[in-house]
Amino acid sequence: MTGEDVASLAREFLAAHDPGDRLEFLRARFDAGLAWVHFPEGLGGLGAPRELQQVVERELAGTPQLDTGVQGIGLGMAAPTILAFGTEEQKKRFLRPLWTGEEIWCQLFSEPGAGSDLATLATRAVRDGDEWVVDGQKVWTSGAHHARWAILVARTDPDVPKHRGMTYFVCDMHAPGVEVRPLRQITGEAEFNEVFLTGVRLGDDLRLGEIGDGWRVAQMTLMNERVAIGGAPVRRGGGMVGVVAETWRSRPELRTHDLHQRLLRLWVESEVTRLAGARLREQLSVGQPGPEGSGMKLSFASLNQELSGLEVELRGEEGLEYDDWSFRRSDSVDFFGRGTGYRYLRAKGNSIEGGTSEILRNIVAERVLGLPSEPRVDKDVPWKDLPR
Amino acid sequence: MTLLYTEVEEELRASVRDLLADRCGSDAVLKRIESDTPYDMELWKTLAREIGVAGLLVPEEYGGAGASAREAAVVLEELGRAVAPVPFLTSAVLATKALLEVGEEDLIQELASGETTAALVVPLAASPYRPPRETVTVGEDGTLSGEVRGVAGADVADVLLVPVDSALYQVEAEHARIEVVPSLDLTRPVATVTFSGAPGEVLGHFERREVLAFGAGLLASEQLGVAEWCLDTTLAYIKERHQFARPIGSFQAIKHRMADLWLDVVRARAAARNAADLLAAPSAPAPDHLAPSGTSGAAGADAELAAAVAGSWCSEVALHVAEESVQLHGGIGMTWEHPVHLYLKRAKASEIALGTPGAHREAVAELADLPAPA
Repeated sequence: MTGEDVASLAREFLAAHDPGDRLEFLRARFDAGLAWVHFPEGLGGLGAPRELQQVVERELAGTPQLDTGVQGIGLGMAAPTILAFGTEEQKKRFLRPLWTGEEIWCQLFSEPGAGSDLATLATRAVRDGDEWVVDGQKVWTSGAHHARWAILVARTDPDVPKHRGMTYFVCDMHAPGVEVRPLRQITGEAEFNEVFLTGVRLGDDLRLGEIGDGWRVAQMTLMNERVAIGGAPVRRGGGMVGVVAETWRSRPELRTHDLHQRLLRLWVESEVTRLAGARLREQLSVGQPGPEGSGMKLSFASLNQELSGLEVELRGEEGLEYDDWSFRRSDSVDFFGRGTGYRYLRAKGNSIEGGTSEILRNIVAERVLGLPSEPRVDKDVPWKDLPR
Repeated sequence: MTLLYTEVEEELRASVRDLLADRCGSDAVLKRIESDTPYDMELWKTLAREIGVAGLLVPEEYGGAGASAREAAVVLEELGRAVAPVPFLTSAVLATKALLEVGEEDLIQELASGETTAALVVPLAASPYRPPRETVTVGEDGTLSGEVRGVAGADVADVLLVPVDSALYQVEAEHARIEVVPSLDLTRPVATVTFSGAPGEVLGHFERREVLAFGAGLLASEQLGVAEWCLDTTLAYIKERHQFARPIGSFQAIKHRMADLWLDVVRARAAARNAADLLAAPSAPAPDHLAPSGTSGAAGADAELAAAVAGSWCSEVALHVAEESVQLHGGIGMTWEHPVHLYLKRAKASEIALGTPGAHREAVAELADLPAPA
């Protein structure tokens, strides 16, 4: 299938459907295979090369769009995992409302005792006939309060070493025993939640992948998460550096020589990072997947932190103020919104969420550079015997 | 445009790399730097004759390969990887670019064949963004007098291209005194060039900023090659070297540093490719003339910004990776017999060449509209 084929499909679709009714339009777009063209036919795609998606986006610019802030976890993490590991029934059931935004997704991975060492997680799922009974606590769950479904990793066998005893589920967020509590963050607001699971019963048809294979399934989700956080295309001078540069340009009275030198360094670093991201996407689109992806999130985190910190300093007296500390829920994740102080504080999460920068450096060192891992004391020990 | 390497570029890289592996191993380079002939002109002739690297930037009708900055950049990556002591940057990039801008036609054919080697007589440390220190004057009889220090590639040049005011003069090397001085960079030594009433022929207007910024943008690819060698060599070493009964590369204190270096090099590759690609765009001259290629206008400003970004980033990355490479090699990294010092010296000298990182960032301030405080 060529770009021209896809473009004419998109044009025919647009001619036949009224973009006025947002939901109906999105549903029809999914059914026409124009949701994500690299997905299979019947599941919102055409089985076409991934890079042809941009042709569709170009043709359908100005029509109703997805809310990527709220749908981010569904689109970026749940969908590729369901596509890779789901049964035909699960794919048919979940992907369409996930894409149209009728059903929002969240991620039940991290726990108070399992952050970087996710594989040590303690939420239990115990088999009971055709069902699983889930008990445990999850944390740092963005959007749990909007979510209809969650991707969940739970321990199903405590008697084997930690990586082998996990299973991956789709969790019904409306099931009895699911309790979502807002978790106030250093920004003052609650973008994240704690989720308590108490005797939650999930049918075995909500299991994704084999029993005991949860770690492998979760890897698919995590790889996609890192690309989602660090890999979004930006234009030259866009993103966080654009926000700071705009302040710099419009407020000449705030400029100092020291800040100028630092801003120029960060502008150059932002630009080379942007170019590395563009190069990575080029490699992906011609089927040369490069290892650069693992590094993009590392750069993204440190740049956001340094740039937002520089802007607080640049604003001087105004930098002493903060827009709003009130404890409220935010509708979606926004790294670049609100005031300078908010951006500075929110950016602190960028080197923690989706894999800390320390863990990402280990991943680069071991998987890209082939360096040996640190000696592991927990590798062959049954999970139940690990010290905690 | 693409930030990837094309098939043709990969083929070119493979032939240069094969030849360098054969003729320019680190033992050979270590031996040569202390000899009377620090440059390997036999290797240079082979590169020029067999692979045609001397004429990459020269259009086909003048005997060149009609290629572009993209291909020249790939050759520079390989030459940087080997710290190869050949005058590619000085003759086939800087001098050739100056002649292309002037619209010269005869000398350029000789340069393209590799039979003649030229050098642009400016200090290697000259910044594209600052007016030159005028140290050469033209007498009433039309001869040149004066001294230029820190010139790279002059000692192996047959022809010298000398900017005086804003004109470019051609002087036969035999009419100048060229004294190589002990140099920080052993594989690209610099010389003092002295003219005492040397006969010169004026070629035309010297496009100083265009030529030097073009050179700086391509030097970034050489710096990328230096950084890649240091990263690869260090990586191999820390996998082999055992202390505390473990490879030292298994300690997180070292792994995390390596991950950061790798990420710096990944971004250096993207920056260098982007600069080469944008510098390539305007340099395809119309077939019937070699007129100044006009790095003015929006496309020219984009190319200049890309060159400044690559110049500042790749300079610092090459130096940082080389410095870390010495440290991570431990005691052996401090010895003369291990080649890593050649790369450290090249990286430090290149940091200053054709604009320091700070000079390039000042250019970014201008080109990206980030003005300095009043």
